Amino acid sequence: MSNSTWNLVPSLESVAQVQIKPQYELFIDGKWQAPLSASYFATVNPADEKHLAQIAQANAADVDLAVKAARAAYDNVWSQLSGAERGKYLFRIARLMQEKARELAVLETLDGGKPIRESRDIDIPLACNHFFYYAGWADKLQEAFPGQQMEALGVAGQITPWNFPLLMLAWKVAPALACGNTVVLKPAETTSLTALKFAEICQEAGLPAGVVNIVTGYGDTGAALVAHPNVDKIAFTGSTAVGKQIQKACIGTSKKVTLELGGKSANIILEDAPIDQAVEGIINSIFFNQGHVCCAGSRLFVQESIAEQVLDKLKFRLQSIYVGNPLDKNTDIGAINSKKQLETIEKYLSIGLAEGAEIYQPECTLPSQGFYCKPTIFTDVAQSARIAQEEIFGPVLTIQTFRTMEEVVQKANNSPYGLAAGVWTANGARIFGLSSQLQAGVVWANTYNKFDPASPFGGYKESGFGREGGRHGLSAYLQFKN
Amino acid sequence: MLGTLSTPELSSLLALSPSIDQIGTLERIARIQARSIKGAAKLQGLRMALSMIDLTTLEGKDTPAKVRQLCYKAQHLHDQAPDLPTVAAVCVYPTMVGVAKKALGASGIKVASVSTAFPSGQAPFEVKKLDTLYALDNGADEIDMVISRGRFLAGDYQFVYDEIAAIKALCGVARLKVIFETGELDSLDQVRKISDLAIAAGADFIKTSTGKIQPAATFPVVHTMLGAIKDHFDKTGQMIGMKPAGGISSSKLALQHLLMVKEVLGEAWLTNEWYRFGASSLANDLLMQYQKQLTGKYQSAAYFSID
Repeated sequence: MSNSTWNLVPSLESVAQVQIKPQYELFIDGKWQAPLSASYFATVNPADEKHLAQIAQANAADVDLAVKAARAAYDNVWSQLSGAERGKYLFRIARLMQEKARELAVLETLDGGKPIRESRDIDIPLACNHFFYYAGWADKLQEAFPGQQMEALGVAGQITPWNFPLLMLAWKVAPALACGNTVVLKPAETTSLTALKFAEICQEAGLPAGVVNIVTGYGDTGAALVAHPNVDKIAFTGSTAVGKQIQKACIGTSKKVTLELGGKSANIILEDAPIDQAVEGIINSIFFNQGHVCCAGSRLFVQESIAEQVLDKLKFRLQSIYVGNPLDKNTDIGAINSKKQLETIEKYLSIGLAEGAEIYQPECTLPSQGFYCKPTIFTDVAQSARIAQEEIFGPVLTIQTFRTMEEVVQKANNSPYGLAAGVWTANGARIFGLSSQLQAGVVWANTYNKFDPASPFGGYKESGFGREGGRHGLSAYLQFKN
Repeated sequence: MLGTLSTPELSSLLALSPSIDQIGTLERIARIQARSIKGAAKLQGLRMALSMIDLTTLEGKDTPAKVRQLCYKAQHLHDQAPDLPTVAAVCVYPTMVGVAKKALGASGIKVASVSTAFPSGQAPFEVKKLDTLYALDNGADEIDMVISRGRFLAGDYQFVYDEIAAIKALCGVARLKVIFETGELDSLDQVRKISDLAIAAGADFIKTSTGKIQPAATFPVVHTMLGAIKDHFDKTGQMIGMKPAGGISSSKLALQHLLMVKEVLGEAWLTNEWYRFGASSLANDLLMQYQKQLTGKYQSAAYFSID
């Protein structure tokens, strides 16, 4: 039989089971309320730029209503419940999310552009697992912190990013509720839909009114939440620039703050690494979710002796990466979340070229509508190059080589960020040796971008402070009495 | 370089075998298995898989009649479906090679013979050579030899290398497939090492299993062997064939394996010159799925001949 090409045909996930309303109001005090601002904004599908829905834009007065509702729910209902009772609500929410997993996955993909494979297999299952996990802690806080007395903080203001909309909601809402706080959540403006679906799930679960409030809007909505005097805690995931503003705004107030910010994480491949798996690790570290991942391994360091081989293998691997319609079950890299983000990425591609780095992109045809970027590799990158220093937040990898452990540790740590790192070697001692020297909140060994509700996550340096996930994640929503 | 490596040379070659991470391998496979092979791609894949089958009977109770029947099936997979390809080869014991050769005539379908005291390989080297020569004299186009697993596990790599090289020297134009029986090897690192060794010793194909031991052609094992083939190709430009055998009995598995070949090696390997399935029951499932794709209906298993 002669050679012929064998190409997969598109296999689109059905959108039939997803109901998107033409217009969404604010979710305050258990009810859908038209915004006092009387204004709405559009959310679009980044895969084809088509309009999906109108979303209410909360102003400071709307935020005030939401905080009042959360405060009343805290004082009158939620703080009066036992941990076991709170746990029951969380379990109920988790199960409902699981039942609606398919709908949530499609919605996440439609609104945010991520491949259905990821929203179906990673985002939504992990989000459910976070609720299950923290539901289990709700009546075991004494066991989490033995010998200590503790209580909830009160009203938590939470601001989530657009890269993992429902998952980041789960990271924030689940521990907050488990610890006895009530919540006002502001989702990112480009990806509000799964948060609004979550509000419907809260209603369906019979969660007492005001325990979860969702105020949609842009940065000024978030700023109003941060500035509100009756908010006890701010949890933010997003850019370092905004994180700094929040930190400044909270100075001199009684608000507790946790920040999960940007990163420029180092992924380090030593010459004795399992090389094919390491190459796959590169794919997972930088091309997962179009590179819209705060802990993305965007700086690759390869030991000199295997650098050429790794690069060749990586280029070959990229030939079987499918870029395109996020609803296609075979798509590996979907749409860039927004036009604005695509412009940012493209700006960095130009910067990289101007800095003299060598660019590689595989041959692939991008859809004519929507926001797409080819997976990109830059080699010959200087440590001082902007593309190696600044967070791009896209499918763009810089590759540098190194000779000695000392050199790679210095280069990896030479960054204002310190969120994550990856180490690839078959030598166990080197794993421990390197990971103890890397200034990063998370170090993965022979894997990358692995998440689990039981595992704490958070950064060093300008990547933020506080930890989410695991037992550590509880302490961000508790105050201790001793 | 055939069969000429000294012990130090062989040691340094095997020292270059990269380590294989089991968890990472499973993740890579999960990505491939998550792909959706539908419509025209499925139809094409099913035809391709049919054309890559080494239709096999390797039983003590094999009869000439059974082998002739299998050879007929090899040429007429399902005459109710027009334009089907034939399988690639019929795989039998050396004593049945003559029967198969005659039955297949000028069909172009190859006769593959197992040899070297298949399946265990537990025979003196002289016996293994005679076994192979017997198959070749009777017209075998391909030799499926087993390695001495005991010697490999004992670390006697030179012995295993020399054995493969010696059988290869006997083969002449016949293509040599080297069976590792990966179900008896301990780890993916071992699978990688034996792959590198067999390729260096002159294997034309590397093959997972005899079909007599479980587990056989698992995805991690096949993935590891494909990796060795790819690295050898990148280094030398020489293509080596791959034959998973044992355990691939459904169309779904076969298509996933083909997709793995496409993604790990590239499309050049998607032909029966470079890829085979060692299987007996796979053909009928492929035929059933093929008819389903064409007609939209599943037919009863009774419509497909069991040979």
